[in-house]
Amino acid sequence: MTEQSLSLEVSMPTRRHRFSWSARFSFALVVLIVAVAVAGPWVTPYHPNAIDLLARLQPPSAAHWLGTDHLGRDILSRLIAGAGLSLGSVAVTMSLILGAGILIGGTAGTLGGRADQIIMRITDIFLIFPTLVLALFLIGMLGTGLTNVVVAIALSHWAWYARIVRGIVLSLKHREYVLASRLAGTSQLGVFLKHLLPGTASQLLVLATLDIGHIMLHVSGLSFVGLGVAPPTAEWGVMLKDAQPFIWTNPILMVWPGLALFITVMAFNLAGDALRDRLDPRLDTGRSH
Amino acid sequence: MLGFILRRLLLLIPMLLGASIIVFLVLRLAPSDPAMDYLRLSYVPPSPEALEHARTMLGLDRPLITQYFDWLWRAVQLDFGRSYATGRPVLPDLMHFLPATLQLAGVALVVTLGISMPLGMWAARHSNRWPDHVVRLVAFFGVSMPNFWLGFLLVLFFSIQLGWLPPMGRGGWQYMVMPAIAVSLMSLSINARLLRASMLEAAGNRHVAYARLRGLSERTVERSHVLRNALLPIITATGMHVGELIGGTLIIETIFGWPGVGRYAISAVLNRDFPVIQCFTMSMVVIFVVCNLVVDIVYAWADPRIRLSAGGSND
Repeated sequence: MTEQSLSLEVSMPTRRHRFSWSARFSFALVVLIVAVAVAGPWVTPYHPNAIDLLARLQPPSAAHWLGTDHLGRDILSRLIAGAGLSLGSVAVTMSLILGAGILIGGTAGTLGGRADQIIMRITDIFLIFPTLVLALFLIGMLGTGLTNVVVAIALSHWAWYARIVRGIVLSLKHREYVLASRLAGTSQLGVFLKHLLPGTASQLLVLATLDIGHIMLHVSGLSFVGLGVAPPTAEWGVMLKDAQPFIWTNPILMVWPGLALFITVMAFNLAGDALRDRLDPRLDTGRSH
Repeated sequence: MLGFILRRLLLLIPMLLGASIIVFLVLRLAPSDPAMDYLRLSYVPPSPEALEHARTMLGLDRPLITQYFDWLWRAVQLDFGRSYATGRPVLPDLMHFLPATLQLAGVALVVTLGISMPLGMWAARHSNRWPDHVVRLVAFFGVSMPNFWLGFLLVLFFSIQLGWLPPMGRGGWQYMVMPAIAVSLMSLSINARLLRASMLEAAGNRHVAYARLRGLSERTVERSHVLRNALLPIITATGMHVGELIGGTLIIETIFGWPGVGRYAISAVLNRDFPVIQCFTMSMVVIFVVCNLVVDIVYAWADPRIRLSAGGSND
């Protein structure tokens, strides 16, 4: 044990290299994707839902860089609009998960004792559902649509974060600087905000970045099976579903949205890996849910 | 060992009770009225009398606690009520679709372990040389690949271009290949990288150096000193992958026309057919929990420290 904590402390200041080229590449890619998503409405060459039945299923051309779909809608415009939707919904979902995880896990870890036990038992119950099954169940109760999908995914993932936050808080709680602060008369809440919460920041940043791709796949997957975003809206999962009947005749239609999703997820995964190597080299990589 | 298994089995009871409370209560907290959904799905116009009748028939007019225990008591006897849409008992219908899903998820689990273990060992044995880089690249793509897109790409390549494999349906092993790969690629990639990392970590242990000093062959050292320790995180991760494989199967089924519970559950979710949703959710939870119990038992069998000490830590 002493060996491990020593190596952890020593490894921090001796890291001479900054970020590797792949890390920088992934950060640049993330920034680019976010920029496209934010600038979306201003840079799309056509309205993403504008139907032009005279220009159905066109191959890529100067007018339509990636061609058009079965209703003559410009694919590039729909991809860009879909980026905004995907990133926006993931950002909201992740904020909900982090908020709930910090609030609930932080409370359990800081208070300890009885309250901790009760909160963690409830958390455990959420953890015995496979996440997609819980999300499906919640959508069944709440109804379909993007808002409900976001709520359902947040409700099916917060427990993982609550457990992690609690674990970190427990490991920091008995450090001397925290005890000293307590002795100096800081309130429970003050200690949590000033000393414990910052301690969770780097791990949560890494985990959240790594999970963004995962959650994006959940949102698109649920839209793909018809439970999330409703069809006319441009969303990558919906676009894939729209392309499904054309797999024999126009397979290129299903390449674009999948590729967009793959590249985005990959960018966030790479960025998460880079952040982990940087901030938290000992974090467990086997977590998948 | 028997005591350990019994303790774990007893622990399951409060967990499943908790899950049943969520499955029951969230339904009652939902914004919609089940009686309305019942009438909608049975094509009865929602007149006040019809609503009243439906409420009495579904028992919605009774206190919540009574409803819950009534539902639980029936559920324990494997009676989850009748589907609002078809009027047929839910569980037999679900059981009709379940074997196909379990088959696909099971094969996906075998594929996950069967491919990730050799890959991970290969990468660890040649760490930082070309096999390691190859595995890293494969895993890197696998982790970011949307499984439903992968399903399409496989169909496009192997069914439409090459004509080697049937694009959809269930039959011989040929029908299984593409869905199983699509479901398992992500877990497989994570596992391969995890095994590589934990083997390298285990190989740095002193007892491994000692085993080498004793003159044991490299193969023996790897088998009985490195792998044995390195497998522990893999066992834990496998328990988590089971949940992911179940979820992946539900979505992949819709692409390959695989006749499993996925489509059945998704159409129930779209229809808000509550008895079906409840039954589906509880059965998935039971399957997941049982799988994790097996994982825990395997872990305890592989690591005597867990089995022998009450709250033993790994350090």
